[in-house]
Amino acid sequence: MSLLTVRDLTVTFPTPRGPLDAVRSLDLDLEPGGALGIVGESGSGKSMTSLAIMGLQPRAAKRTGSVRLLDQELVGMSEAELRRVRGDRIAMVFQDPLSSLNPYYTVGLQIEEAYRAHRPGTTRRVARRVAIEALERVHIRDAARRVDHYPHQFSGGMRQRVMIAMALSTEPELLIADEPTTALDVTVQAQILDLLQEIRRETGTGLVLITHDLAVVSEVTDHIVVMKDGVCVERGAVEQIFTRPQHPYTRALLDAVPRIDDEIGELRAVANEKNGGPA
Amino acid sequence: MSAPLLRATHLVKEFPVLGTGGIVRRPDTFRAVDDVSFEINAGDTLALVGESGSGKSTTARLAARLLDVTSGTVELDGEDVTRLGRADLRRFRSDVQVVFQDPYSSLNPRHTVERIVTAPLLYQQRGIPGGARAFTRSLMERVGLDPDHSQKYPAQFSGGQAQRIGIARALAVGPRVVVCDEAVSALDVSVQAQVINLLRDLQREEGLTYLFIAHDLAVVRQIATRVAVMTQGRIVEEGDRDAVFDAPQHEYTRKLLDAVPRIRPEWEAERRRNAALAAEGAR
Repeated sequence: MSLLTVRDLTVTFPTPRGPLDAVRSLDLDLEPGGALGIVGESGSGKSMTSLAIMGLQPRAAKRTGSVRLLDQELVGMSEAELRRVRGDRIAMVFQDPLSSLNPYYTVGLQIEEAYRAHRPGTTRRVARRVAIEALERVHIRDAARRVDHYPHQFSGGMRQRVMIAMALSTEPELLIADEPTTALDVTVQAQILDLLQEIRRETGTGLVLITHDLAVVSEVTDHIVVMKDGVCVERGAVEQIFTRPQHPYTRALLDAVPRIDDEIGELRAVANEKNGGPA
Repeated sequence: MSAPLLRATHLVKEFPVLGTGGIVRRPDTFRAVDDVSFEINAGDTLALVGESGSGKSTTARLAARLLDVTSGTVELDGEDVTRLGRADLRRFRSDVQVVFQDPYSSLNPRHTVERIVTAPLLYQQRGIPGGARAFTRSLMERVGLDPDHSQKYPAQFSGGQAQRIGIARALAVGPRVVVCDEAVSALDVSVQAQVINLLRDLQREEGLTYLFIAHDLAVVRQIATRVAVMTQGRIVEEGDRDAVFDAPQHEYTRKLLDAVPRIRPEWEAERRRNAALAAEGAR
């Protein structure tokens, strides 16, 4: 059975000029332990997709279609039921770890609270042990001491590790990472990407990685969905997308990526890009 | 060989550490730039690369005289400009201009494009050749913007277009050196490619000299002629672009290059082969 099956997912916003689809008729499939990359530029609807999977789309928006986690349908679920799924079976990591963590509490307390919310009846002592183990799993050294530190005492990369530790503490089946390394330095990014790979190998957690960075998805995921203006323009196995892209937009996107290995004469700009040339 | 156009020698910048000073005690200082020297020849692009906190942006600001040095000298065309006063700085600013990372926060949202790009000339109390309207139109054409949009406001442009306005403003005074501080970092990849192309075209056509600050090594490979790698306030390696990328000498440079995510070269090669075959078949 597929871990995640999304069918005809549409997120619609009412606007003064009529309804606007931020995501339109999107299908996604992820096998248990698989890694799916959703790539697109700003405004492509990739982040709205990740929010809509968890039912976190803005209040004004309407979500239709089907989102199934194993055999459970998430569209139409009550908020209380959804809350049990979120953070427990589906966990999420965002771009900016500093704004996702509460600066007033130690990271340990925040992991403990999140864990206890999903495992009622857990004692503080057990939760604290879970927190320390979670920090160890993401390779934070001296976890037993670091658990009592505040977010500002961690570097950007370490904070993102804390977020991943928190996300994994409940042993979710699916981890959604939305631009998890975009705000990080390149050497730190490499470490976080390695960590995500390792977690997937060792725990079998499915991964949905949302990013604008084609090189990142090419290294981390095995299937890719390319989004533009709220719709999927192309999907396929990673090697297929990178060697035989079919859609003109995918081709243009690949042509526009600056390479580190050689200088390519003129970087080909994406044709008819509405954000591009003169309006 | 001619002398370098821009030369920085033993630049040091120290900032006071907040909350460490007292009434009689001087505050502790943090050395953000620690003995940095570089030269740029006319028509070249020197890229300063490094991770956050490496001191690359502070170095750029020292070179552009947006910040005062703690010690060291900045020379433009052989003239020491490190201690220029107000009036002389004006002259310096018509030679050295800066393009910043975020066009929306570096362009006044309440001013039209025309007012934005002519402002540097007004500040310098120079006339606007051919009048503001015609001058703006020709500038907009040079950076690939529709000249009919000269009365629009920054918010009415997309990110890539807004950055073109930032470039137009820098070009307005006819500078010799343009300092690009992460000028393409915030742009989508397709738009980024266009702005990189624009910067390269402008350099080729007008002989501009760039000091290019970036954290993205792939972008640097596309635009730099020389590369200096910074970490912890120091330049640890400097050389011709291909030498630095293909045969990095310093351990930190190697670590940095290794960490860059890459599309597999064999996939790249196959994609280009397939694209060439498809183009062949279409004919």
